[in-house]
Amino acid sequence: MVTRVARKVAGLVATLLATSFVIFGAAYAAPGDPVTFLAGGKENLTPEYLAAIRAQYHLDDPFLVQYLRWLGDAVTGDLGRSLKYNDQVGDLLTARVPTTLGLVAYAAVLFVVFGVALGVLAAVRGGRTDAAVVAGTTFATSVPPFVAATALISLFGVQLGWFPVGGGGSLWHLTLPAITLALGALAIISRVTRQAMVEQRELDHVTVARASGLSERLIVVRHVFRGALGPIVTMCGLVTAGLLAGTVTVESAFQLSGVGTLLVGAINTHDFPVTQAVLLLMVTAYIAVTTLVELVQPLIDPRARSRS
Amino acid sequence: MTLVATTMPAARRPLGFQLAAAFLVLVVAGAALAPVAAPYAPDAVDFAATLSPMSPAHLLGADQSGRDLLSRILYGAQTSLIGPLALLAIASVLGVALGTAAAWWRGWVDALVSRVTDVMYAFPGLLFVVLVVAVFGNGVTTAVVALGLAYTPTIAKYTRAIAVTECAKPYIDAYRVQGMSGFTICVRYLVPNMARAIVGYLVVLFGEGLMSLATLSFLGFGAQPPSSDWGLMVKEGQAAMVQGAFLPVLVPGAAIALVVVSFNVIGVRLADRLAARRP
Amino acid sequence: MLLEIRNLTIEAGGNRPILRDVALSVARGEVVGLVGESGSGKSTIARAVLRLLPQNAAARGQVLVEGQDVLSLDDGGLRSLRAATVSMIYQDPRSSLNPVRRIGDFLTERMVHTLGRGRKEARGRALELLAAVGMRDPELRMRQYPHELSGGMLQRVVIAAALAADPALLLADEATSALDVTTQAETLALLRGVQAERELGMLFITHDLHLAAAYCDRIYVLYAGTVVESRPASALFADPRHPYTAGLLACTPELGDPRPIKPIPGRPPSLDDAFAGCPFAPRCAHAVAACASSPPPSVAVEGGSAACHLIKEEAPAC
Repeated sequence: MVTRVARKVAGLVATLLATSFVIFGAAYAAPGDPVTFLAGGKENLTPEYLAAIRAQYHLDDPFLVQYLRWLGDAVTGDLGRSLKYNDQVGDLLTARVPTTLGLVAYAAVLFVVFGVALGVLAAVRGGRTDAAVVAGTTFATSVPPFVAATALISLFGVQLGWFPVGGGGSLWHLTLPAITLALGALAIISRVTRQAMVEQRELDHVTVARASGLSERLIVVRHVFRGALGPIVTMCGLVTAGLLAGTVTVESAFQLSGVGTLLVGAINTHDFPVTQAVLLLMVTAYIAVTTLVELVQPLIDPRARSRS
Repeated sequence: MTLVATTMPAARRPLGFQLAAAFLVLVVAGAALAPVAAPYAPDAVDFAATLSPMSPAHLLGADQSGRDLLSRILYGAQTSLIGPLALLAIASVLGVALGTAAAWWRGWVDALVSRVTDVMYAFPGLLFVVLVVAVFGNGVTTAVVALGLAYTPTIAKYTRAIAVTECAKPYIDAYRVQGMSGFTICVRYLVPNMARAIVGYLVVLFGEGLMSLATLSFLGFGAQPPSSDWGLMVKEGQAAMVQGAFLPVLVPGAAIALVVVSFNVIGVRLADRLAARRP
Repeated sequence: MLLEIRNLTIEAGGNRPILRDVALSVARGEVVGLVGESGSGKSTIARAVLRLLPQNAAARGQVLVEGQDVLSLDDGGLRSLRAATVSMIYQDPRSSLNPVRRIGDFLTERMVHTLGRGRKEARGRALELLAAVGMRDPELRMRQYPHELSGGMLQRVVIAAALAADPALLLADEATSALDVTTQAETLALLRGVQAERELGMLFITHDLHLAAAYCDRIYVLYAGTVVESRPASALFADPRHPYTAGLLACTPELGDPRPIKPIPGRPPSLDDAFAGCPFAPRCAHAVAACASSPPPSVAVEGGSAACHLIKEEAPAC
């Protein structure tokens, strides 16, 4: 068990190192002198300004030294200064992380509860219910989040006036964005749940349980759903990790002041330190969540415990 | 993303399939005939028609600058369809080459391709694309190339899986015995024999690619004004929404959703038929 | 009679019924063998006793357990029949247990949820049962998961669970076929032991006629969904009357048995093969014209009955 965790964490660190290297090195892939790129374009480049950039990035050092220095700073929480806001990137992030985390958590609750419920319903009821859930989820995966966002805003925000349009930080403000973010995830989870339940239902031990006189409800809860839990939890974890990247679109559509809009703004204003920091943060969070999912697996499936 | 295609239950509704196909034919025709069919130029500004509702003059209404939405949708179909086509072309050329090479030579080539695809899978494709855009600047070309690279691992992985089973078939050995080079066999026999499966997969990816590309345009990373790319139209229409005019966002939004749904419906059906053919 | 099946016919698509006009009975304290090749319908008979039939299946006839017709029971009655009266033991113990639940859960689940016993009582009873089926260290076993136990041990657990409700009838569907030889012998001995001790009726389903002959009191031989011969085990083994039974016995070599090994030609029929006459006729070495045209009637022979056109002529001779 301990070696398993250690191996996972080592894999996590290796992937993080590789991605951080790519994120850092990207500045050098840009056409032209990195200093111009890091300064955010060609306008108002005074020699003093360029010198400041050079100093900030230690551009005169060898590449590897620069990378290690940058990585060391990032690990200790110093993510550099934003060119646009002229502020510490770390401070910008701390101000925005709560909104984004709140959004992801809200959406996660929504898609887990409704996605699993719909999947179970489709698997247990079958027939028309099943067909309706399948058709609905097929449609839900085909609507890009930003289109769903605009549709929700026009209907519930403007037309009916039930929800505030854009801005804010309350749960109320986050409801429409969370629904938008949860929609695609909900479709995936309900499909995985349905599929896993249908597969489990065909297994012999379920027939054995039925043959021992257990009621259908208990069979569904104690055997079919319990057996399907492994894939469901795994998928919920992976999809939650994917939501982190999804916030970029949804926050932009609802003009929420979160990490996602910070990233979009940074790219559109060539604020590379912020771009680097946000990407690093998102990738780290994504990989951390997916690793966590793998570590949780043995708690659900005892067979995974002895395999290690 | 492959999950969507593989776990979808076989919903056999030929009517849906026909509707989807008919709709796509209509969209492609609209895109091709846009210069003839569109009542206005896509960027013809007419402030008298600002936010005009549906009317005989503007069948689908007009946006804040009074540009005719129907015309913009028709012209926008060109960029909105060519973009995904181009990105899939990049992704499938690279992906099929890598996947076939991995399956043919195995050994270190296979290990390398698998390792690279695994790393690409380890974090969301959108973030990779965002990084590329951040470095090379916004624009359709960058977005298409970046997405093409982001989709490559998916196709490589899929191709490798089919190629491995295909390589095990006796006819491959027969060609090898005749003294053909590995490259010739791959290009002339192996790849054509996998084409059907790969094309079926590409149909499903097309819808997804269109969605991703529209998302990038919406974020301002892809097509730039005054293009009438659908994703960009939604972005530009957002301001009108607060004023109570929904057509500028709903028309392009619905266009995107309907095209993607159509591709998914067709893709699922193709996947079903492929699955039926190779048990 | 503990179990009495009358004229049971089950259809589920296909060109012929899975079971045709099956009659079978098991008395209290009796071990009855049910023998046939795969696809002959022997598992379907066991499942019919618990009414675990495929969704599209249509059943006619009667399946009486202690006088009650299983096929017409309401849901509650069916559940209590499954919970308390009839227990089944399956071929593959590994797939019979939920892999993500502990052995203890498997054993107590039925007692708590269907028989309404308290958890503590159920636990005590589960420990007793594990000891009764010869498991060492039952406390530890209760906490283990199925993948931590061997196939033989798991089959003991399944048997223990089957005994949990003090059933009257035990259905053993190829209960030992998936186990290796030594475990098989132990399990057979265990089953026989609990059967005799509790005076259970047992329907022992197997494809192995030799095993059935040695193990059971009476034997039904099933072919393509019909009972072709039913007689006491010793009589059947010594003097098989139906050509199929004789063919099955001749298939396996046995030390000191003078009969030569002769495989039955052809293959077991599938559900797509329909028969106008005797289903065994296409593979029968002795078939005459009548065999292909009309189904053979069941004829009384020594100790039981057999369904073959030829027996009528030979019966006096034997």
